[in-house]
Amino acid sequence: MMAALGISLRDPAAWVFLAFAAMTVASALLVAVSRNIIYSAYSLLLTFFGVAGLYAFLDADFLAAAQLLVYVGGILVLILFGVMLTHKIRDINLSNETTNPIVGAVIAGLLFLVLAYVSMRTDWQVVDRGPATPTTQEIGRAFVGKYLLPFEASSILLLGALIGAAYLSRHERKKEA
Amino acid sequence: MQLIQFAHGLLPFLAKWPDWVVYLAVVFLFAFAILNTLVAPLTGISTYIERRLAGRAQYRWGPNRVGIRSLLAAMPITRPISKLADVQPFKFIGSKIPGGLLQFAADGLKLFTKEDIIPAQADKMLFRLSPYVVMAGSFAAFAVFPVSFWCSAINLNIGIFYVLGMSSVVVPGILMAGWGSANKWALFGGMRSASQIVSYEIPVAIALMTVVMLAGTMNMNEIVATQRSGYGIEKAGFLGWYLFRYGGLMIVPFVIYFIGGCAEVNRTPFDLPEGESELVSGYHTEYSGFRWSFFFMAEYSNMFAVGAIATTMFLGGPLPPYPVQFTESLPMLIRFGEGFFWFFAKSYFFVLVMIHMRWTLPRYRIDQLMQLCWKVLMPIALVWFVLMCGIKMARMEMAAPAEAPVVAEVHK
Amino acid sequence: MPLAVAANNMPVASLEWFLLVGAFLFACGIFTILTRKNAVSVLMGVELVLNAANVNLVAFSRFVKAPATLGPAGIELPKGVDPHLVYGAPWIGGNVFAAFVIILAAAEAAVALGIILGIYRNLGDVDVDQVTGMKG
Repeated sequence: MMAALGISLRDPAAWVFLAFAAMTVASALLVAVSRNIIYSAYSLLLTFFGVAGLYAFLDADFLAAAQLLVYVGGILVLILFGVMLTHKIRDINLSNETTNPIVGAVIAGLLFLVLAYVSMRTDWQVVDRGPATPTTQEIGRAFVGKYLLPFEASSILLLGALIGAAYLSRHERKKEA
Repeated sequence: MQLIQFAHGLLPFLAKWPDWVVYLAVVFLFAFAILNTLVAPLTGISTYIERRLAGRAQYRWGPNRVGIRSLLAAMPITRPISKLADVQPFKFIGSKIPGGLLQFAADGLKLFTKEDIIPAQADKMLFRLSPYVVMAGSFAAFAVFPVSFWCSAINLNIGIFYVLGMSSVVVPGILMAGWGSANKWALFGGMRSASQIVSYEIPVAIALMTVVMLAGTMNMNEIVATQRSGYGIEKAGFLGWYLFRYGGLMIVPFVIYFIGGCAEVNRTPFDLPEGESELVSGYHTEYSGFRWSFFFMAEYSNMFAVGAIATTMFLGGPLPPYPVQFTESLPMLIRFGEGFFWFFAKSYFFVLVMIHMRWTLPRYRIDQLMQLCWKVLMPIALVWFVLMCGIKMARMEMAAPAEAPVVAEVHK
Repeated sequence: MPLAVAANNMPVASLEWFLLVGAFLFACGIFTILTRKNAVSVLMGVELVLNAANVNLVAFSRFVKAPATLGPAGIELPKGVDPHLVYGAPWIGGNVFAAFVIILAAAEAAVALGIILGIYRNLGDVDVDQVTGMKG
C-alpha cells in the first residue's frame, strides 16, 4: 500500500515533506483567492519557502538557497514594494478584486486535471542516481560548459533589465520653461 | 532516525507514540534549547556591552547594579549566601567583576511582563507574525557557523549561500511590521530598511563570493580549513587568513563586507530606518513588550552574525593567530575549546567595533547611503572580484602551464 | 547536503507527488493571472507559474533518466578526461534550467515593477483593464 502511495509514512522525513507540500499548496491557493492583496503577497512568501523546501527534498541544495535569496529576498520584496507604492496607506485592508472567477476556476481546474492526468498516467523512466551529491559544482561546470552561451546571454539580459527598470521607474524631470 | 532512537532510549514511554510526533518534539526541544542556551545569552551579553560602552562614551556609568549578588539578595532563601560577598576572598573577587551583568535578564523579565499593545487600526495578523519572521530569519543563520574546528550545527555544503538566503527572509518580515502597524512612520522605516538591506546585499554578496571563489567551496568549515596554510607555509597562523593573503589585496573585499554588514543590520552610521529624529523609531514604533524585544534580539543576533561571518570568511574562524595550537596534543574537547575561544573572541571584536561606531559616528543621509552602495562599494567589489579571479587563474596557469585551463582544472 | 535521503537513495516521495504539487501551483498561477484586476496580483500569478515550472524541472532532473553526456556532438576530449568533470554531470540539466528561470524571473520582476509604477503614475491606478491606451 505504501508503495502505491509513493511515499513511506513511517519515515519522519516523509511527514516533513508532506508539511512542505501542504504549505506550498495551501499558500498558493491563498495567493489565488485571498481578498486582501497584502495577504496574497505574504502567502507568496510561504509558497516560495515551501518550494525551497521541495528543492531540498529533491537534493537541489544550490537551488533551494538561490530560491530563498532571489525569490524571497528579491522578487517578493519587489512585489511588496509594488503593492505598497501603488496604494494609499489610509486603509490597510486592501481589496483585491477578481473578475470572472467562475470562468477562471474552470480553466485552471481543467488545466490541473490535464496535468495531473498526464503526470499520473505517464510511465516515467525513473532511475536511482545513487546517493545525493552536492549540485553547486555540477551547476557551475554546466554553466561554463554546455550552457555557456545561454549563461552569457542571461547576464546581458540582467544588465538590460537593470538599465530598463531604472529608466522606467525614474521620475520624469519636468523640463523647465 | 538517530534522534528518535536517542529519545526512546532516554524516555522509554515515547516508543508508544507515533514516530513523527516524537521527531517534531525532539526537533522543537532541540531548537528551544539552542535558542535559550546559546543565542539569547549571546544577544544579552551584546546588549550589556553596548550599554556599558554607551555609558563610557557619554561619560556615565551604564548598568552597574543588577548582578549575581542582587539576584541572591532578592530571594529570601538565598539571602544569607549574598552576605558572603562581604567576606574577604569573595569581596575581592566580587570587586573585580563588573556590575550589572544580569541587567539584560532583568530587562527581559520586565519586557515579558509589560502590556502587549496592538494598535486598533493595525492588521492584527501581520502585526503578530512579523517579530517571529524577523527573528527566525536572523537566527537561522547560526546553524552553519563553524564555532570550532569542524564543529557547526550542520555541515552544509552551501554554507555561506544558505546564510545569505536565510538572512533575506528578514526583509519581508520588516515590511510586514511596517505595513501591519498602520503607522506611517513605521511604514517609512520598514520601506527604508528593506531598500537598504536589499541594496547592500549586493556588494556584501560579491565581497563574500570573492572569498568563496578563492577557497573553491561554500562550506564554511572547509573555508576555515583552507585558511590554515598560506604563502606556501603549511601552518601559517594569521598569515593564512584571507584578510592577509594575496599580499593584503583581500583587505578591500573585507572592508566592503564590513561596511555592507553594518548597513544590513541597520546600525549607525546607517540607522536611517530607525532614525529617531525623523521616524520615531522606525518599523518597530508600534511594538511594545515582548514583541519589541524580539526585534531587539534579532538586531543584536544580526550584529553577532555579521561579526561571525567576517570572522569565518576573512579571519580564519576558530583558527588561532599563531601557527600551532597550544592544545594540539590535548583531548579533543580542550582543542575544541581553543577554537571556540578564538571564534567568539574575533566575532565579539567586530561587535565591539560596531558598538564603537554607533556611539562615535553621525548618521548618513539616505541619498548618501544609496550613493555609497551603488556608486562606490558595488563597482569596487566587482572590479576586485575580477582582479582576484585573474590572480587565481594566473597562479593556476603557473602551477600547470602546459595544458588548457579546463583540463588543468580537471587534473587539479 | 542529503537532507532527505531515504533508504534507497531516492527522495522520500515519488516523482508524481512533486509533479502534482507543480501542477497545482501552475493552476493557481493561471487562475490568478486570469481573474485578478490588480497588475501586482497578476505579477504574483506569473511568479507562481514560474515556480511550478521550476518544481517540475528540478523533479525531472532528480528522478528521470539523463542523457549519456552533456557534451556537444563531434568534439572529442583529450584522452583520460572525464566528460562529466568538464561539462557537468548529465543529470544536472534540469537544475541548470531552473537556475535560468530564477535569473529570468528576477529580471522580469524588476521590469514589471518599473512598468507597474509607470502605469500608476500615469493613470493613478494599477487596474489592468484600464490600460487600454494602445487599443486601436
